[in-house]
Amino acid sequence: MLEFMTILIVKTLVAFVVALLIVAYSTWIERKVLGHVQLRHGPRRVGFHGLLQPIADGVKGFFKEELIPDNADKPLFVLAPIISIGASVTLVVLVPFGDTVTIMGREITLYLTDLDVGILLILGISTIGSYGGILGGWASGNKYGVIGGMRGAAQMISYELSLALAVIAVVMVSGSLSLVDIVNSQTGLWNIVKQPFAFVLFIICGLAELNRTPFDMPEAEAELACGFNVEYSSMKFALFFMAEYCHMFVFAALVTTLFLGGWHGPIVDGPHWFFLKTFFMIFFCVWERSTFPRLRYDQVMSFGWKILLPFGLLNILLTGLWMLIFNI
Amino acid sequence: MGDKEYVLNISDRRPEGKFITPILKGLAYTLKNFFSKPITIKYPTERREVSDRWRGLHRLKVDDQGKLNCVACGLCAKICPPQAITIVPYEDAGGTRYPKEFVIDELRCIFCGFCQEACPKDAIELTKVYDFVDYQREDFIFDIEKLKNPEKYIFAGK
Repeated sequence: MLEFMTILIVKTLVAFVVALLIVAYSTWIERKVLGHVQLRHGPRRVGFHGLLQPIADGVKGFFKEELIPDNADKPLFVLAPIISIGASVTLVVLVPFGDTVTIMGREITLYLTDLDVGILLILGISTIGSYGGILGGWASGNKYGVIGGMRGAAQMISYELSLALAVIAVVMVSGSLSLVDIVNSQTGLWNIVKQPFAFVLFIICGLAELNRTPFDMPEAEAELACGFNVEYSSMKFALFFMAEYCHMFVFAALVTTLFLGGWHGPIVDGPHWFFLKTFFMIFFCVWERSTFPRLRYDQVMSFGWKILLPFGLLNILLTGLWMLIFNI
Repeated sequence: MGDKEYVLNISDRRPEGKFITPILKGLAYTLKNFFSKPITIKYPTERREVSDRWRGLHRLKVDDQGKLNCVACGLCAKICPPQAITIVPYEDAGGTRYPKEFVIDELRCIFCGFCQEACPKDAIELTKVYDFVDYQREDFIFDIEKLKNPEKYIFAGK
């Protein structure tokens, strides 16, 4: 029992440190890649090629003054970033980093839990995270914040559906809701080959869930002056930011798990493949951000309901037919 | 040139049915940019080469013996539009004139270069030093010693 507890605590600590490091360095990747896409250099003054920049930003965040506006609903205002970061960091628990390894004669699994309903839990908790943005916008007592929060809520509801439809297609092919089983079912052939449409659907809806650029309605800088986090400063703002990047990491990890074969890969299977694919997906998130302009709000809504939702339903139907005909 | 070229054709801007190719084209363009060399320079360590006619901080020229060329005629101070130059002349026993004090307030100076053009003895010139920074207003008031060697004040990044 003691041994089990020790292993669990150590694993939790390692997983969270790794996840938070990836979160911190996602900001560095974002700034660096955006810089190079725009033919600039990006950060390069703090440390070697700006590698210490996330730490400097963190220190700055801690030492800045915290402001709570007079109009704000104070308890909710304080609670909102906590919900945001709490929900998105909790998701790390369910990410399968790798298969079982043997260290000092003990079999250790490279994931914290393997729930039978892992993917459902991920969808559920990531939706709770969006409450952070909505409540934050509402509690700021600022019109931009409210509009940003409302837009975030509407967008979340619209795209969560199509996201779940994409996941259902994968679950049908893999025959399990557990993330580890889904990865193991892709040993020979990755799901991206079996389910290319679900892959595209998942990426589009995932970007909408992340509030990333083609769909960054809640924080549209140009029209809403940063939306739901407009009144936040110092570490509260940093928490929103960390939640966003943690969400991005989980999204990248989910794409890897559901479609790109998780820790499977050529030559040697292992967590290195997982991290390689995850970092590629994080890079993709930044890459597409640098490419696409923001959609208009009505375009986002009609795209979600009129194109993606029927597309997702059709994909499930075709998958079902395919499985029926080939008797899989 | 017909009228047609001036008409903004909406179907050109948003081609119906062409949805995926433009997206992929855009992604390819940004990826190409990502792998090409940045056009910005790493400023404090690298610096942009400025024109030979650049008008930066002033220098008081000295001759071979290390004495100022300036004879304190006061033409530069006279022509200076923002009146940034203050000269106190001095004449020694042999009748040689030189400036006892030569002060330029670099915060007032507009770097027009008139002083250089007005000078009959080619004693003052504008150098290429363009990034002098300091903490105090007093530090921008340059006396003879500072004016002899403006390159010392190039911003080094700290």
